[in-house]
Formats: sequence, structure tokens, C-alpha cells
Amino acid sequence: MLSVSWLLIALPLVSFFGLMLAGRRADAWGHWAGVGVSGATAVIGIIAFFEMVGRSASDRSESVRLFTWFSGGEFKLDAGLLLDPLSLTFVLLITVVGTLIHVYSVAYMAHDPRRRMFFAYLNLFIGAMLLLVTADSYLLLFVGWEGVGLASYLLIGFWNHKPEYATAANKAFVVNRVGDIGLILAMGLMFAHFGSVSFVDVFAASDGASVAVLTAIGLMLLLAAAGKSAQFPLQSWLGDAMAGPTPVSALIHAATMVTAGVYLIVRSGVIYDGAPDARLVVAIVGALTLVIGAIIGSAKDDIKKALAASTMSQIGYMMLAAGLGPIGYAFAIFHLVTHGFFKAGMFLGAGSVMHGMNDQVDMRRFGALRSAMAITWITFGFGWLAILGVPPFSGYWSKDKIIEAAFVGEGWQPWVFGLTALIGAGITAFYMSRLFFMTFHGKARWTDEQHPHESSLLMTVPMMILAAGSALLGAIMGVGNRFQNWLEPVTGTHGHEEPVLSVPVLTTLTLVLVAAGVALAYWMYLRKPVPIEPPTGSLATIAARNDLFQDSVNRAVFQVPGTHLARTLVYADAAIVDGAVNKQATGVAMFGEASRRFQSGRVRSYALLMMLGFVVIAAILVMGG
Amino acid sequence: MISPILFWTIAVITVIPSLSLLFARKAVHVAMAVVLVMVGLAVAYVALEAPFLGVVQIVVYTGAVMMLFLFVLMLVGVDERESLKETITGQRWIALALAIGVAALLISVVSRVAFGEPATAKTGGPVEVAPLLFGNYVLVVETLGFLLITAAVGALVLTHVPRLFPRRTQREVQAARVAAGANPVNKTFPGVYATHNALDAPALDPEGNPIEESVSRVLKVRHQTTDGIEFKDENRSRRRELGAKEGDA
Amino acid sequence: MSPINFVYLASVLFAIGAAAVLLRRNAIIAFMGVELMLNAANLALVAFSRMHGALEGQIMAFFVMVVAAAEVVVGLAIIIAVFRSRQTISLDEPTELKG
Repeated sequence: MLSVSWLLIALPLVSFFGLMLAGRRADAWGHWAGVGVSGATAVIGIIAFFEMVGRSASDRSESVRLFTWFSGGEFKLDAGLLLDPLSLTFVLLITVVGTLIHVYSVAYMAHDPRRRMFFAYLNLFIGAMLLLVTADSYLLLFVGWEGVGLASYLLIGFWNHKPEYATAANKAFVVNRVGDIGLILAMGLMFAHFGSVSFVDVFAASDGASVAVLTAIGLMLLLAAAGKSAQFPLQSWLGDAMAGPTPVSALIHAATMVTAGVYLIVRSGVIYDGAPDARLVVAIVGALTLVIGAIIGSAKDDIKKALAASTMSQIGYMMLAAGLGPIGYAFAIFHLVTHGFFKAGMFLGAGSVMHGMNDQVDMRRFGALRSAMAITWITFGFGWLAILGVPPFSGYWSKDKIIEAAFVGEGWQPWVFGLTALIGAGITAFYMSRLFFMTFHGKARWTDEQHPHESSLLMTVPMMILAAGSALLGAIMGVGNRFQNWLEPVTGTHGHEEPVLSVPVLTTLTLVLVAAGVALAYWMYLRKPVPIEPPTGSLATIAARNDLFQDSVNRAVFQVPGTHLARTLVYADAAIVDGAVNKQATGVAMFGEASRRFQSGRVRSYALLMMLGFVVIAAILVMGG
Repeated sequence: MISPILFWTIAVITVIPSLSLLFARKAVHVAMAVVLVMVGLAVAYVALEAPFLGVVQIVVYTGAVMMLFLFVLMLVGVDERESLKETITGQRWIALALAIGVAALLISVVSRVAFGEPATAKTGGPVEVAPLLFGNYVLVVETLGFLLITAAVGALVLTHVPRLFPRRTQREVQAARVAAGANPVNKTFPGVYATHNALDAPALDPEGNPIEESVSRVLKVRHQTTDGIEFKDENRSRRRELGAKEGDA
Repeated sequence: MSPINFVYLASVLFAIGAAAVLLRRNAIIAFMGVELMLNAANLALVAFSRMHGALEGQIMAFFVMVVAAAEVVVGLAIIIAVFRSRQTISLDEPTELKG
């Protein structure tokens, strides 16, 4: 099965084209075809996984060469797939969670006339994302990278009859593009210094490369990852991306696409091994985003935007873990997988709530939904407990390990990173509990037309499966360091180092902070009635509600100067470039005007000029020769 | 070797007249001076052991080319006195400078070359020139023939004036004469006698009387005519001698 | 005297002919200047022929004379044609090529 793993990419892409070209007559069965294809990829992925598990640890890397892609001059590249533990982990995550969300979308988008195209785009996304994680070179990864960006744009702007949704899609695409510059520059640096962009060659060459080059490449890759994973400073698009249908938010902007940045950083671990400064920047970016996401999430009243801010923050955790070096790689991926399950589950739950509440998203209008939508309440609750990090739910296994790893090291680093992670866990507990209590508990604050009801089986069964994963997956993967051992061929071995605060202390501190966060949320939003109109709040609340003014900052720092620069360049082009050409033409015309005087029409003047020419040339010949 | 006196004579009679090209006002003076230059050059050719060329120079240049020039001068205005004032600014000085420059250039080039002693002279008479002309260079001669034909035809073409009116035939001339009432016949010629056939004697009509119209008016005005009576009397006595009867025609 | 002096004489005559072409307004006089230049070249050719002792120079001078004659024919025909249309042979008159 591993040798035909290219089917993983081919099948969804064929389905995408097929559904797109089939037209209206495929409307009746198009969505099932999409689900079927996604299911097929899941089956292939699982079989490939078990094949790889069956091999011994040293043998767990399969390269499947597909075709010669570039072969000209100095640049030679084959297109091929690299299947190793890291890529297969992602394959499983993408295909399984993706298939569940496909099934959910059949019911969620049941009343949409363009449902067939929705599934086409979902399949496109699956195919491109699988290409991204199985590519064996940076360039092929980039193809998948762009593909998921395209799918994200198409899906965010799916309801583009609303102008603000279309604008949100544009914003997502443009901000992603800024990140793509990083990947392109990194590939350029790789080609210039290493002569190749395939993983094998780059990782082999980075042993002897200079620190400056590796640092540059590392920073450029970080830029790309920040764009795709909505990390600071390219995080402004994630909140607006919630304009897309909820399955999209669940699949792309929670479980998979936004994790592509983490995949890139972890895959390029060898490069960061030689560039400790770049690695430190990765950790700082992760820590910053962690805090930013948490602050924003605490003030949002839109359930999807709150979950988006939570995603931003959790990916910050993953980035932080990846920025800690080999000790953190495995935990970053671990948290990525568990986060994929519980966040997707919570998004699907939010979608179910919206479905039952007539597409209302304002949490101040929810309340006491646990009786009306019991299954949603329970599955959402599992996700809530997982993200809090309450044992034995999956979040506990992954997030606590990150906090431990953050406290390892010397000097200021363990204290800064560790305390950030710790306090972030507390704030996470606060705002996630706020979300949970405002939605499902307290008094009902519904409007008159709303009659909340539970969703159909097609929606609840995927949610249940994801909730089961949120509960159990952490234990399955974490017991006996099973997951770390599985990833070892890729991430490298690491010694177990002691954090500056001992493990039991850390665990206790974490649980205490989590409990404090839950208690605060309980007191603010369960004990006291929730006002329907948002109260004015403190300065911090206002800032958090406005996404910490990220859009204003972007506008002031980038957009306005950029527009001025563009205008200046246009003017310079017209005045200088065009002006130079025009002045040249005018100069020629003036020269012509001046030379015209020689054409006096008089024979004797012409004769004089001829004679003059003859004498001059003859004189030169005589003198020179 | 050429004697210095000969050389300097030739030099004088070529250079001095050619200066008239620059300074003379009337074109005919210039043409006459150029004729003198051509003759001087012919002398130079003969001095340089090229008698054939010297004669050809006289015949062709002096005899044909310069005469052509004079004919055309007659046609276009022989009286024109050209003003020597220069109309184009700077032309005079630059032209003079260039002319002196050309002379200096040529002289300097020639003077730099080291020539050996002149070889033994071969006289360029017709007998010596002919084998070369019609042997090695016969093709050139033939081509020159074509050239001359072309030049002649070209001159004809260039000066051809298309006829604007149809030619007046003799019939038309005669008809116009009769219509105007003039004498349809030409006037009588002056008398031709055995002892006198000048134009000043009138002719005799059948009665033996002189016809006044037959002598040119100009001679009459100048009183240079002779009376025709003497010829009439002489005619009669002569005829009696020869036995003609009185009253015979 | 060596025949080389005739070459110097030819140079002087050439210069005078060139000056005549440039300075005189009467077309026929300018044309005569051209003829003078051709004759100066002939003189030089004959002088060199004398110096080398070969007759080729004289042959060439002969050819030059023939060509010059042909040229005079056509040139004077042109002058007559121009005179017929403009009634003047001044070289300053025609300015149709004025730019």
C-alpha cells in the first residue's frame, strides 16, 4: 500500500475535478461521492500506517519516487513522496478527521444549493493537504501549501454573495501570501547554498552550512509557518476566516491547514539544529501568540471567533514546543493531533448549536442549551475538558508535557517560556469555561423565534467519534512514551532533562491554575446573569474585543505605507522611466531639427561639405597611415 | 629630362589662365582661358614623351569639349557679367582653405614617396600605344564606345522639347499666304548676266524692263545697286549680233 | 627636371579647379572647373607613366579623356534643360532640396 500512496493525493484531486465538471446532474449524489473519496483516503492511510508499524524502527521511511519533475541546467528535482512516521501521523489525522467532517457536512449543508461544489472544494483541500505532508521536497510541499491556501480561499468565501465574506476570503489569502514569500525565499536560499530543495539533500547539506545561512532559512520558514498557522504577526486572518461554513472552520482552521506551519517547522528540525537563534525566535513567536490568542478569546462573544482565538493560542503552544528543540518536537505533534480531535469536535458542536439556534453566533443569546441539545452538550463538554488539560482527557497528556519541556533549560529561557505556558493554561481554562457556561448553562437568553433542537445523526455521530478521541487518544498515545518512540526516526532522540521546577510541582501548579480559571468563569458567567448587551468593560476588554487592534496596526504599518509606495512607484515609472524614453525621443527630434539646418538646398553648400569631408578623411588617412 | 625653362613655361601658361576661373567676370573670358590651359597641357604631354596623347588633347579637349562649352555659353547668355560678391556666408574662406588644404595634402603625400631615377622613356606615339589599346585594353575601348553612344543619346533625351503644336505643312503655309492676299509666288531673284552676276543688278521682265523688287532693299537704301538699263541695252545689242529679230522673244 | 614636378603642378591645378567649383555661381564656369580637375589628374597620370617608363598611364589618361568628353556632353545637356525651365544658370537658384 505504501508504494501506491500517491493515490492519497490523486483520488481527492480527481474527485475535485470530477465534481466540478459534472455539473448540476451530480447534485443528487455529489456529496456522497466526496464522502466516499475521503473515506477511501482514510482507508489507504490506515493500511499504510499499519504497514509502517509492522516494520522495525530503523526501517520506517519509505520514499516513493513519482516522476522527474525538473531536469534542466543546475536544477534537478524529482517529484516523490516521503512516508515516515511524521507524515503518516498527519495522513491519519487529515483523512480520519476529514472524513468525519465530510459526513457532518452532508447534513450541515443540506439546504445549500451549491453543496456539490462544497464537497469538491473539501476534496481539493484533502488532496492538497495530503500532498503537503507527504512531499519529499520543499517545492512539492509548496505546491500542496498553495493548494490548501486556494482551498481555504474558496471555502471561506463559499457564501460570497455576502461581500464581507468575500473580503474575509481575500484577507486570508493575502496574509497567507505574505507568509509564502518566506517559503519562496527559503527555497531560494536552499537552492543557492545547497543546490537542491529536496529534504534529503537539504538536511544532508545543512551539516556543513554556515550558521548565517541556516538562520536565514530558519527565519524564512518561520515566516511561512506564521502565515499559514496564524501566528504573530500574521494572525489577523484567522478570526475573519470564520465567515466560512462551520465544517470549514473545523477542518481547515482548527485541525489541519493551520497546523501545516507546525509540520514545516518540525520537518525542518535539522535546519534549526544548526541555527539556535532562529529556533529561539520560533519559541518567542509561539509564546507571544499563545498569550495574544488567549487574551482575544477572553472577550469574544461570537462563539466561532472565540474558538478561532483558542486555535491561535493552542498553535502557539505547538510553536513554542517546536521552538524548544528536539525535546519539544514530539510534544508539538502530540498536541497537534489531540488538538485536532478536540478542537474539531468543539467546532462541530458549535455548528450544531448554530444549526439549532437558527445560525445565531452571539453567545449572549445562548444559555441553557444542555437540556435542549444533550448530545451536543456532552460531546462539547469532552472537548472542553480536553482543552483544559484535565486528566485523563487527551489535552492533559499533550499540554502538560509541553509545559514541562518549556521549563527545561538554563538562564531566563525556561522561566519566561515556562511561566508563559503556565499562565496561558490558566487563561485558556478561563475563556473556554466562559464559552462553555455561556452557551450551555445559565438562564436561557434565546430570542422568540428560536427553538433549539438536537441535530441529526449525520451530525452527531461524527461529533461523538471526535469526543471519544478527545477523551481517549491522549492516553493511547502517551502511555509508555509510545508516541515519542514512534516519531523518533524523524525527530531524533533526546535525553530526558529535568525542568527547573520538578514535574510534580508543575503538574500541581497547572491543575491549580486551571481550577482557578474555571472558578473565575463559573463565578462571572454562571453565578451572575449574563447581560445580553455586552457591557463596556475595561480597556483590556475593549482591546481584546477589537483583536488587540491588529487590523489597525496592519493598516497603519503596512497598508498605508504600501499604498504610498505603490503610488510613488507608479509616478516614478511614468515620470522617470517613461520620461527618460520620451526625453530621448524629444532629444532625437531636437537633434534632427538642428541637423536640418545643413539641408540648405544650395548646391554649393553641399559641394563645400563634400569637399570638407574628403579633406578630413584624406588627412586622417595620411596622418594615421 | 625636361628642361627647366620648358617646365616653367608650361607651369605659367597653365596656372595663370586657370586663375581666371576664379576671378574673371564674363564666362567667355573664362572659356578662352581654359582653352589656353588645355593647349598648355598638350605641350606638357608632348614634353613627357606622350605625343599621341598631346594630339588627342588638342583634338578632343580643345577642339571638341571647349567648343561645346562655347556653344552652350552662346545659348544660355553670353553677356552675363557675374557678380563676384559671395552670397553664402563663409563659403569663400572655407573653400579657399579647403583648396589650399587639398593642394598641401597632395603635395605632401607625393613628396614623401621616394622615387627612383625615371626609367628609359618610351615614346607614346600611336604605334606604341595601339598594341596596348587594342590588345590588353580592347574591352575598355569597346565599353567606352558604348559610353559615348549613351552620352549622345542622353544629350538628345535631356534636351528634347516635346512639340506643343502640330508642324505647319507647306500646304497650310501656302493657304495662309493666299488667304492673306499676299503674292503666292516668291519674289524674283536678282539678275544673272554674262558679265555680271552680283546681287546688285535687277532682273529684266519679258519686256526688257528691270524689276525693282528683285534687288534687296538694303542695297537700295545703301545706294549700292546698279541700274538695270545698261544690261538691258547690252542685252539687245548682243541679241542683234546673234541674229535675233527685233520683237522676238 | 624630373617629371615629379609635373605632379606638383597637377596638384595645384586640381586645387584651383576645386576652388572654382566651390566659388563660382555660374554653372558653366563651375563645370569648367570640373574639367580642369580631370585634366590635372590626366597630367599626373602621364607624368607617372613617364617616370615608370610604362605606357599604361597614358592609356588610362586616354580613357579619362573619353569619359570626360562623354560627361561634358551630358552635363551641358542638363544645363541647357535647366536653363530652359528656369531661364537662369545660377547655381544658387535651385533650392528645392531645402529641408
